[in-house]
Amino acid sequence: MIIIKENMCDFCGACVAVCPPDAIELREAEIRIDEDTCTDCKLCVYVCPIDTLEYAA
Amino acid sequence: MKEKFDVVVIGGGPAGCVAAWHAAKGGASVLLLEKNRSIGPPVRCAEGVGDDGLRLIVEPQPFFIQNRLEGIRFIAPNGSAFEIETEKHGYILNRNVFDFYLAQLAAKEGAEIRTKAYVDSLLLNEGRITGVKFQALRKSYSVESSIVIGADGVESRMGRMAGIRTQLKMKDVESCIQYKLANVDMDTLICNLYFSREISPGGYAWVFPTGEGTANVGLGISGEYGKRYAPKDLLDRFVARLFPAASVLAITVGGVPVTQTLREIVKPGFMLAGDAARQTNPLSGGGIVSGMIAGKLAGQVAAEAVQKGNFSQNALKEYEKRWYKAEGNYHKMYYRLKETIYKLSDDDLNRATQAILKLPAEKRHIINIFKAVLFQKPSLMFDVMILFKDHVKNIINALGK
Repeated sequence: MIIIKENMCDFCGACVAVCPPDAIELREAEIRIDEDTCTDCKLCVYVCPIDTLEYAA
Repeated sequence: MKEKFDVVVIGGGPAGCVAAWHAAKGGASVLLLEKNRSIGPPVRCAEGVGDDGLRLIVEPQPFFIQNRLEGIRFIAPNGSAFEIETEKHGYILNRNVFDFYLAQLAAKEGAEIRTKAYVDSLLLNEGRITGVKFQALRKSYSVESSIVIGADGVESRMGRMAGIRTQLKMKDVESCIQYKLANVDMDTLICNLYFSREISPGGYAWVFPTGEGTANVGLGISGEYGKRYAPKDLLDRFVARLFPAASVLAITVGGVPVTQTLREIVKPGFMLAGDAARQTNPLSGGGIVSGMIAGKLAGQVAAEAVQKGNFSQNALKEYEKRWYKAEGNYHKMYYRLKETIYKLSDDDLNRATQAILKLPAEKRHIINIFKAVLFQKPSLMFDVMILFKDHVKNIINALGK
């Protein structure tokens, strides 16, 4: 699963733009990944400019 | 709050504000929704625009301009550099103030604006988008509309909700980070672009002076290199080398689409504009002017559709047509150029720069520069022949611009 590191996200939306199943919900200062929809493809991990997201097997 | 508007615009950036402004100016009742608590911040942008591009939308005003620029300098991996002769100057905007100004223009024409408004879903009726459901400060609203304009930025959720495939390919998104630096020592009249795989693979680094001693300094790497490189580490290294005495006053990050316009930007009762439609210039990643052009065209077409009472996909396709004529066709060419340039190694770039430096300054137009690049790498000639075949007319037009 993809883990969001606490207090790291800047809410820029780059991850949302590349997410194939649209599993990321992003508000002004809130980010959530829907585990049921997420396919663990890790594109969000790679595109994040400040390594907020992390894959944990 | 009213339950029905002619046009609902989602997203209060330059594309959305200009769309709302022009739709309202054309006589439509308009609601503009912004997700964040304020129009403007957070600004995820290097804030540079050309004078001629800006003037297509608004007159330059001192209160929203931080700095005036007189040239662009390109820096090769080995440090050799050349400047492009530009007759037209450019500006570094103050985007917070600028976006506020655009929203005010929309408000002046009668557009209603709601901030802290998060859209949950689009209303659909028999294949047509007929409105939006949104939350604002914990209250839920349902608003009907004849046309929805999605200008929700790189995320482009509205497009997905409308049934358009908006997902960016990794090679077509730049993963960017920028610092606002203070205590930098540089010429305030020139913006600098650094091309080097070592600095920023599949992208470039920029130094935009924002005033005496301050600059927006950032870089983007292609998403396809995101697995191997961390943009923040690359930027820290770049800044330590160039401006060791500088302090970071602000950090901003973001994804920038560097691709062609989405195949579909119109659905029945729906239009996409700006980053959401992938209408950024794919060569530069610049999106302010092209987003505003798209917003203006979308707003105008929306107002015309309201007047005629025709909101079919066909009627709204007029927006698509005008977009390609104004910008979209050039973006096809810029995309090819981007693909070619990022195939060059650092050695290729160094040699090309030497060749460009041999050109007299007044001959350093984009085409001559590109020719110089190509002679260093004849294997790229094939790509470019395709480019020229498709776009000879565009290139000629672009040169005349």
